[in-house]
Amino acid sequence: MHLDSLYQEIILDHYRNPAGNGLQDKFSGEAFHINTSCGDEVKVRVLVQDATISQMSHVGVGCSISRASASILHDLTKGVSVVEFNRLLDEFVNLMHSQGKMIPDEQILGDAAAFAGVSKYPARVKCALLPWMAMKEAIEGDSRE
Amino acid sequence: MSFDLADSVLDDFPILHRRVRGNQKLVYLDSAATSQKPTEVIEAVSNYYETTNATIHRSGHELGELASAAYESARANVASFVGVESGNLVFTKNATESINLIAYAILNATLLNSKDTNLYRKYALKADDEIWLTEMEHHANLVPWQHLSKVTGAKLKYIAVSEDGELQFDANQITRKAKIIAVTHQSNVLGTINNIAEISKVANLNNALLILDACQSVPHLPTNFAELGVAAAAWSGHKMLGPTGIGLLYLRNDLLTELPPFLFGGNMIENVTFEQSTFRSDNGRFEAGTMNIAQAVGLSAAVDYLKNVGMTKIHGHESALIKYALSELLQMPGIRVLGPRSADNRGGIVSFEVNGVHPHDVSQFLDAKGIAVRAGHHCAWPLHRKIGAVASTRASFYLYNTKQDVTDFLDALSQVRKYFKVV
Ligand SMILES: Cc1ncc(COP(=O)(O)O)c(C=O)c1O
Repeated sequence: MHLDSLYQEIILDHYRNPAGNGLQDKFSGEAFHINTSCGDEVKVRVLVQDATISQMSHVGVGCSISRASASILHDLTKGVSVVEFNRLLDEFVNLMHSQGKMIPDEQILGDAAAFAGVSKYPARVKCALLPWMAMKEAIEGDSRE
Repeated sequence: MSFDLADSVLDDFPILHRRVRGNQKLVYLDSAATSQKPTEVIEAVSNYYETTNATIHRSGHELGELASAAYESARANVASFVGVESGNLVFTKNATESINLIAYAILNATLLNSKDTNLYRKYALKADDEIWLTEMEHHANLVPWQHLSKVTGAKLKYIAVSEDGELQFDANQITRKAKIIAVTHQSNVLGTINNIAEISKVANLNNALLILDACQSVPHLPTNFAELGVAAAAWSGHKMLGPTGIGLLYLRNDLLTELPPFLFGGNMIENVTFEQSTFRSDNGRFEAGTMNIAQAVGLSAAVDYLKNVGMTKIHGHESALIKYALSELLQMPGIRVLGPRSADNRGGIVSFEVNGVHPHDVSQFLDAKGIAVRAGHHCAWPLHRKIGAVASTRASFYLYNTKQDVTDFLDALSQVRKYFKVV
């Protein structure tokens, strides 16, 4: 079934056992984003120290795509510099806007490469991007940076 | 219970024979969002452009006369369909515009009243006044009133919705302070059909304007606004087999002749000088600029089609479908049905939650099997919050849905939780 390219096993695994779920008390920036078309929401906290992300945590309600995306983001950005995060973000946004035509670089995107199938479903791209955009804002909102 | 109607009309709807998501049969269960169109409507629109097209009311040539006649006869046809005079019917682009038209007309009445004239006193809102809505309103019948409340200071009040999706209307809550009561005839999420006659009595007793959102009733139930005793009613052509781009607004005589305009420009005027203008006193006052003429003609063909089939028959068919769907859904493990448990006071709409699977994922799964349902808050976000659902999945039926459509939907739905491994 076509559907399996969207709902890859990795995505469903993250959905059922999201990493980084539950807000950490120590954080330098925080953002709350909402998907206005469905009401899905995510709150992201980041702890940035010396321009490096030492920790990302999140809570939210949402579909498998948006929840798995937050979980994968948590794993992918641990110990990553802010500069590197922005590069990952660009790469992920490009993938999401590729309408299924881009082959993701697993070396760079890790588990997030599993979202390639999402880009074929325009209505779901927002779901995958929701935690990324919240994290971007949480990092930028950190005034001490 | 008979499900025969769909078989006799299916061939009239070309789109229902196309294939989707590969080579699968389309099962269209999203008519509450928009309905599909029969050949008669599609042809009426193209025929209008091929034989009649001109602007209305302003062209002296033959085409202009024909176009004006087609437009006005469409108006008369739609008006008689809902039991009102054609002079009381205004064409707009959709229900959302119709509701905004009244809200802005009342806002204009409020602004003009505070200047120099007594003309609009009756409609002008003060800080003490109340605008009543229900907790089950579509954003279209909620956000415009929030704006009106914000600008005029009139208070927003809500008729509560019970656990099982019924209005908890208490006549004692409505006093002389209530100036507007805006209510949906049928909820686009819960399927609840509201008792408008009861609210109408109380509204009229207190001199409040009862404004009906008829988006989900006119396409599905025999509806008569004169009998319901409402001051105004708004609905959309595209949900009743008509084209997009055509909406309707019924205005009772007092509102029709007394409310100030909303949109200003061509056609709606009586006399224009460099300094000022006066406005028409008929329904033309609310139809500024070139209207959606072809769409009005298409809508008229839709009304003919619906009349021909018969609204009682259509309602009966949808009742049979919802009864079947509801009885199965209520027994399906992991499904929480929103709205009334009984099919008696329900239109052909059912929204539900699937335990452990988000509505987006449910609808994506069904879509992969060619089944088109809708996921989200269905433009009733506050209602979803109230009933403790982030969002829901909605299946909605119309005259062309077969019993097999519902069976296909139920079969697919019963596999969803397994696919997402939550059972
Ligand atoms: C109950 C109800 N009210 C209002 C609307 C708005 O209709 P439209 O988008 O055609 O203006 C809809 C449909 O979406 C509806 O179901």
